[in-house]
Amino acid sequence: MNNECPMCGCVLCYTNVELNELLPCPDCGSDLEVRSLDPFTLEMAPLEREDWGE
Amino acid sequence: MNLAMGYTLIRRDEKLLLDAAERKGMKLEPLRIQDLAIQLGGNGFELDGLLERGMSQFQSFYVLRMMEERGTYTLNSSEVLGRCGDKALTTETLFRKGIPSPRTSIAFDTENAIKEMERMGFPVVVKPVIGSWGRLLAKINDREAAEAILEHKEVLGGFQHTVIYIQEYIEKHGRDIRAFVIGPETICAIYRDSHHWITNTARGGKASNCPVTDELNEICVKTANAVGGGVIAIDLFETENGYLVNEANHTMEFKNSIEPTGVDIPGRILDHFIENVRR
Repeated sequence: MNNECPMCGCVLCYTNVELNELLPCPDCGSDLEVRSLDPFTLEMAPLEREDWGE
Repeated sequence: MNLAMGYTLIRRDEKLLLDAAERKGMKLEPLRIQDLAIQLGGNGFELDGLLERGMSQFQSFYVLRMMEERGTYTLNSSEVLGRCGDKALTTETLFRKGIPSPRTSIAFDTENAIKEMERMGFPVVVKPVIGSWGRLLAKINDREAAEAILEHKEVLGGFQHTVIYIQEYIEKHGRDIRAFVIGPETICAIYRDSHHWITNTARGGKASNCPVTDELNEICVKTANAVGGGVIAIDLFETENGYLVNEANHTMEFKNSIEPTGVDIPGRILDHFIENVRR
């Protein structure tokens, strides 16, 4: 599945991804979220919040 | 059986759990917490088991509590999350159960916090009572640094920063231990090595296998039971006088620990989950 990184615009190719999976852009390092599988859509992942963690 | 995994984002840990479920032929429905709307006093989910993997502690707590009200088995439970998600409650529980931990106090204003730090002796570590991944931790070496950091917390921090968690600084000589307890057993452990005093793997700590001795297993299982049991990741310091338990974590992250330990952590989590759903 191909799409562009919404931050840096580089073309990304992923296989075997899940809906809402967190993927790093290998070019700029941004955290991206798979928001749709068909059509394959990437958005910036939500920013870390204060109560996030283990 | 209707089984689901509550999540915020599918990180590598959650993907490993989904892969493990597929390998085991278990249907584990991913349930995105942000997509839920729960009618209070109602029903409508009919879940037999919910494996909670949310990243937001507040959101996860309410999802777990509401599902428990609807008869769903939850792993971990909201009670465990409530205790582990708040460092002050965790530490108080550990001391009450006789589990050795670094000396810790909480204070509620700057003047009393500094008095407590001086009583404890510098350096000390100040942590937010909620949150993890080593964020907003401060090692405070003297009174001047304490005044600056506490002023920043007072001016810039949210309401939770009005509870000031002060812990004795433990010299860990470049490493600490993260142990993984599932049910009645410490299934594996890693050393987390770092030149920095913060050793979380999320902050660059390097993982290597740590053998689970009887002594380590005993203190870890006792700790897990103290906070309510289930699936708990425990952080420990090694000292001349034995282990000190630093933290107990309710939504364990394990992706960096499978390879060094050789243990199928997601598989073991799912085995425990399904065994308890069936009870």
